[in-house]
Amino acid sequence: MSKTFDFSVNGKAVSVTLDNEETPLLNVLRNELGLMGTRFGCGLEQCGCCMVLVDGAPEKCCTKPVWSVAGKQVVTVEGLGNAAKPHPLQQAFIDQQAGQCGYCLAGILISAKALLDKNPSPTRMQIATALDGNICRCGSHNRIIRAIEAAAAALRSGEAR
Amino acid sequence: MNAPLPGPLNDNPQLERWVAFPAPGKVTVLTGRVELGQGVLTAMEQIAADELDVAIARITIRSGDTEKAPNEGYTAGSQSIQFGGVAMRQACADVRTLFLEQAAKVLACRADELSVRDGSIYRGNSSTGQDYWTLAGAVDLSAKATGNGVRKRVADLKNIGTSNARLDLPAKIFGDAVFINDMQLDGMVHARVVRQPNRGATIGSIDENAIHRAAKGPITFVRNGNFLAIVGDDETAVEAASVAALDHVAWQNVEAPTPTQQEANWLLQRPVIDRVFGAEPADPKGRERYERTYTRGYLAHASISPSCGLALFENGKLTVWTHCQGVYPLRAALAKTLKIEPSSIIVHHVQGSGCYGHNGADDAAADAAIVAMQKPGQPVRVRWRREEEFIYEPKTPAMVVKVRALVDDNGKPVDWTQEIWSPTHNLRPGAGGNLLGALALPDPPPEPPPNDVPEANGGGATRNAEPLYDIPAKRILHHLVTEAPVRTSALRGLGAMPNVFALECCIDELAERAGQDPVQYRLSITADARARAVIEKVAAMARWNPKEPGGSGRGRGIAFARYKNRAAYSAVVVDLSVEEEIRLNHVWCATDAGLVINPDGAINQLEGGIIQSASWVLKEQVRFDNGVTSFDWETYPVLKFSEVPEIDIALINTKDEIPLGVGEVTAGPTAAAIGNAVSHALGARIRDLPLTRERVMAALLKD
Repeated sequence: MSKTFDFSVNGKAVSVTLDNEETPLLNVLRNELGLMGTRFGCGLEQCGCCMVLVDGAPEKCCTKPVWSVAGKQVVTVEGLGNAAKPHPLQQAFIDQQAGQCGYCLAGILISAKALLDKNPSPTRMQIATALDGNICRCGSHNRIIRAIEAAAAALRSGEAR
Repeated sequence: MNAPLPGPLNDNPQLERWVAFPAPGKVTVLTGRVELGQGVLTAMEQIAADELDVAIARITIRSGDTEKAPNEGYTAGSQSIQFGGVAMRQACADVRTLFLEQAAKVLACRADELSVRDGSIYRGNSSTGQDYWTLAGAVDLSAKATGNGVRKRVADLKNIGTSNARLDLPAKIFGDAVFINDMQLDGMVHARVVRQPNRGATIGSIDENAIHRAAKGPITFVRNGNFLAIVGDDETAVEAASVAALDHVAWQNVEAPTPTQQEANWLLQRPVIDRVFGAEPADPKGRERYERTYTRGYLAHASISPSCGLALFENGKLTVWTHCQGVYPLRAALAKTLKIEPSSIIVHHVQGSGCYGHNGADDAAADAAIVAMQKPGQPVRVRWRREEEFIYEPKTPAMVVKVRALVDDNGKPVDWTQEIWSPTHNLRPGAGGNLLGALALPDPPPEPPPNDVPEANGGGATRNAEPLYDIPAKRILHHLVTEAPVRTSALRGLGAMPNVFALECCIDELAERAGQDPVQYRLSITADARARAVIEKVAAMARWNPKEPGGSGRGRGIAFARYKNRAAYSAVVVDLSVEEEIRLNHVWCATDAGLVINPDGAINQLEGGIIQSASWVLKEQVRFDNGVTSFDWETYPVLKFSEVPEIDIALINTKDEIPLGVGEVTAGPTAAAIGNAVSHALGARIRDLPLTRERVMAALLKD
């Protein structure tokens, strides 16, 4: 018995019809909607590669059943910005060369977005703690923290103008 | 008379393997080195831009495929820049020279009157109207490299030495489909392998009904001997079925590693092959003997993404997409496994998550190929489960390192023995190792004969086992353990980390015995100017104070190594606190990697090496209990953001020296500097890794 789920992704309404309502949101984003920015890392909600915003809150979506986001607003890394119009966080990550393999970055950008939405002036330790649900194995941590500090500053000065 | 060629260029001498001019204004450069997150393609482009004298924007780089790119074996061992980069530089210099000679013919002048500016040929300051593309038809790039192309003088380099931004990072930051995991082929099916627990295990029974029920969607089984895979269009159903299969496929002849086997000391009682390198033992008479033993357990690569591979068998041709480190060796291993000709296999490298060595990448590609051979015309994507990667990826071996030093009246070592027990560090397919899936097929291949990385290539267990210090007699006793509880292979630095941990901790202990400052002690036994420079530099950066009191819960430690005793030099100082746990406060590092191609890229790699090594030392050990029980991020924790120290890095850019890789050089010095700082903080020495809370408590109680 297939069911249809309506929700929004990056501001656009989507409607997905699936036989299995337990299908993880991650698989829906990647395999049904073709949004590959949200990555599979563990399927256990441990590593943060699959972080998305659901109604503004950061959530790991590798085991999150699609039915649980019906009617909600989902934002993925593709919804932050793009090469033509990067989000200040994305620009700061490029400026700081914050990444090595880059596999963890999409999830980290989402965690960082959620942090800055709540706290526009985080300390280094607040940034680090906010990212403890995201694993980076290459060791780009310090660059990532610097990039988030720079993005926070850019966002603050942008708002001040 | 031809000049000697750099190794990879000698192996792939045809210039068209390295450089092509496909369309006006466009340059393609090809490299056998692959992007593993280390930024190597950005560096290669900088090298090619300088030697060809073209703008970076004209260059497209093609990497790691068995159709066109040069065969450079593996992208490993910090050799991409030192060997691959030098080969690229010479190939480009040879190409530039051929074009200048051709231009001289056309222009009826001497070649040495001509030069290249952004691809155009100039005579003095005047454009000649000729360029690479007008001349391309007349220059035969199937010619072999001569090595006679004169490489640019250091002063003339424009791209080499600048921190160009990484080519690959923006797409990753915008969430583009750049990883192998993101590849979608028309008609592609998803597959998961029901893993054979060990060589020789056989399938007893399969409860197909239970697996179908758990799938909640259509799936099929593919079986060949004891190789069993679950295949279907819906990844969710295939994944669910593969998890259910853990409970509904019964295996016979299962062997599982035990808790005793997880500890390094288990190796001491195993069959070994003995190997000896170095000097005859010195006469111990009148010398004080100092002997200590250091250990390290098994480690996982723990790549952030489990391995993934795609394959398509069509019209007698097998195409494989992989994130492995060596497409040519994988092709050869696939040919052997599948009993088809290498010439009917094409292997393409596609980026994956960081690997740091031989993880499951080759095996996942083989899995996809095995399934694809049974499904002609159908693209197959295999992605390992997280637990599958942790349990079945090759581990870096546990090691026991015993150091025996004879010390003179001034407290200086005059004789040094480093005795090592370790299983092999190399079961890569290119070194005779088997692809995991092959073991489950009918007629599985035999175990390769016990071997390790040759010392000529830097050694495996013996890597960095000899101190670089001025010690009159040094030797290595290597006991190659011929059986291991799990498959072992290459991880970042191989034996360098445990060996440098052992010898640099021991050097600190000798300094302490002699009542000398660890920095001064090291300098007093080091004449090598480049070694002295990094030690002095890092001490200055950290404002090293010989009189800083220890034993108060806060400590500082220094350590040094030259990677493989012939590549980059690095010295590291660590400042840390020990309360219940060890907390890293700050790390300083000075590195001499010769001519640096991309300083920011090098610093990024050095930071990564420091953080990964810190994670190994503080947290990591693969545990066994009736199987591998480190199977996810909770049972195999790694360093978290809030645990990462701030890091300062200085590059000593010795521009006249050859460029040297930096991905692995900090692994050993970081580990030992942490060990030395913990000893300074506690007033007690811990010689077994990882430095867990239990070991800290035990060390404190022992005093």
